[in-house]
Amino acid sequence: MTSTTASPPVRKPAVKRLGDRIFSGSALTAGTLILATLAAVAAFLVVQGFPALTADPDEISLFAGGNFWTYVAPLAFGTVWAAFLALLMAIPVSVGIALFISHYAPRRLAQALGYIIDLLAAVPSVVFGLWGANVLAPAIQPVYAWLTAHLGWFPLFAPPVSGTGRTLLTAAIVLAVMVLPVITALCRELFLQTPVLHEEAALALGATRWEMIRMAVLPFGRSGIVSASMLGLGRALGETMAVAMVLSASGGISFKVLTSANPGTIAANIALSFPEAFGLNVDALIATGLLLFAITLIINMIARWIVARRKEFSGAN
Amino acid sequence: MNIKRYGFPLAVAAAASLLLTSCAANESAASGSDSDSSLSGTLIGGGASSQQAAQEAWVAAFQEANPDVTVEYAPEGSGAGRENFMAGASSFAGSDAAFTSDEISSGEFASCAADSSIIEIPAYISPIAIVFNVDGIDSLNLDAATLAGIFSGEITTWNDEAITSQNPDADLPDQAITAVHRSDESGTTENFTDYLHAAAGDIWDSEASETWPYDGGEGAQGTSGVIDAVTNGTGTIGYADASRAGDLGTVAVGVGDEYVPYSAEAAAAIVDASPFAEGREDGDLAIELDRSSTEAGVYPIVLVSYLIACSEYEDAEAAELTKAYLSYVISDEGQAVSEEAAGTAPISSTLFDKASTAVEAIK
Repeated sequence: MTSTTASPPVRKPAVKRLGDRIFSGSALTAGTLILATLAAVAAFLVVQGFPALTADPDEISLFAGGNFWTYVAPLAFGTVWAAFLALLMAIPVSVGIALFISHYAPRRLAQALGYIIDLLAAVPSVVFGLWGANVLAPAIQPVYAWLTAHLGWFPLFAPPVSGTGRTLLTAAIVLAVMVLPVITALCRELFLQTPVLHEEAALALGATRWEMIRMAVLPFGRSGIVSASMLGLGRALGETMAVAMVLSASGGISFKVLTSANPGTIAANIALSFPEAFGLNVDALIATGLLLFAITLIINMIARWIVARRKEFSGAN
Repeated sequence: MNIKRYGFPLAVAAAASLLLTSCAANESAASGSDSDSSLSGTLIGGGASSQQAAQEAWVAAFQEANPDVTVEYAPEGSGAGRENFMAGASSFAGSDAAFTSDEISSGEFASCAADSSIIEIPAYISPIAIVFNVDGIDSLNLDAATLAGIFSGEITTWNDEAITSQNPDADLPDQAITAVHRSDESGTTENFTDYLHAAAGDIWDSEASETWPYDGGEGAQGTSGVIDAVTNGTGTIGYADASRAGDLGTVAVGVGDEYVPYSAEAAAAIVDASPFAEGREDGDLAIELDRSSTEAGVYPIVLVSYLIACSEYEDAEAAELTKAYLSYVISDEGQAVSEEAAGTAPISSTLFDKASTAVEAIK
């Protein structure tokens, strides 16, 4: 543990040694492998999903008279909408927890809290699903009933209220809990990287701790927060089991979050429909998977763009 | 240091291997039991997930009687089961729907002998209960039109005139109805919607379907999802395999002039009251369920699932095993096993006679 095996760096002409070659070779392989895997997944989705796009929609019983786009539109909407609501709840809380751990909590408490958050990331999604459907939903239903009764004029809370609480908002809350550890862990590491000089300079100028965080920590971490959120978003978009168990997916596109008739999500719908699907229906489901793949790619590209645009303002360079 | 570092994983590994070997020891001991069966080999089947619990019970009991036989049933879904059976990957299939006449005449069945036909036996009859959760009420009388109204969202409160008029003694609250349906594709949904369409077609205008045909209502995953949603919710109603109804209130369904609560006998009775599909081979016992039957004492909301096999196999071993397995399944003993394990309704003696003839003819 304590022994230092690495010899001090010695400048030498760039002779390719065996170790160098092996390492660069394996790094290259690893890099290529991820691209190859991605390409293989994309190829699988395209090849398997394509028949459903070209076939006569009437032959695919899933479409129920419509076509692929009418079938997938509510699902795509539900996927993005649920993930968006989840992030809306998760990001502020995650950043708060991360700041608390990195800048407010006493060292021991911070460590314990860090472990607990990481533990949350290790809970399987089925467990979250069971908890959401059997504990959270019945417990939160009276709140929903109150919201629709008193704040029903607000479009998101429009009645009729669900009798079981298994609504889009419940699904979003479960998703938020699931992405929370991912975002928190990244933000925590990020905030700890803030140059101590910046922090001390801010404090020396007479800033309070909150002002120091606002002036030194947050600007430094901004692009990182976006990256962390995108990672969380990826999980929220692709989450399958928990949503399938919690969400009552029985409606089309609707912004109401407290009713029984919610749009489903692509991943959950595949999980629900796949076991009994056969023939072209399987292709249709895989085609929806292709669309989810595309949505995820687009969102990630947007995130990259945001990060790149912000880079020059952050302290990271 | 070494012991400290490796001791724990080693202990875990040792414990795990002990556990595993003790399991294996159990199995070999069980298969050593004596039996006069001469059958041996592996029988592969697959299909409807609705039959899973029953198939597991049948397989366990059948393997106990025939220790040298292994039966594998993969609950991969009716569609996949039928495809695999046609492709010859399995010797028998479980399916919630019988093959249509067109599929039989145009399809190739790879494991069956050329120019032979298939047999289809409705050996799995499972009543579907309509369960609800309204405080203080254990049972309700509802006819098909009212059920269709509730599940399509036209009847929205429990004290609606349509419900109270059929239940003058029940103290129904002024509470919103949450109708829970399956969000996954399901044979239960198909049979339930088939019933609503057949018995109340003017209100329920969409055909039977494995996916829920209407927007609205509450969706829940799987039978347990529906039961949980109904149990945890308030003013909820849903449909599920009768064996899972538990303590929830159940609906007595209006048939003719009376209301029939679900029971195994009433469920088997609807199968007897229904005609066989026309234009089929002798062993093909596809049934056209008469959901709108008005006969006394029949419970029309049942899931009938078929066991499908060849009437003549390419492979003699597969023929022998399938024949033995299917005869066990339709026997009184087999039907009692599935009744206990999955809450199915045992087939009637009339149906047994026909099924038995078909199974005996397998070669």
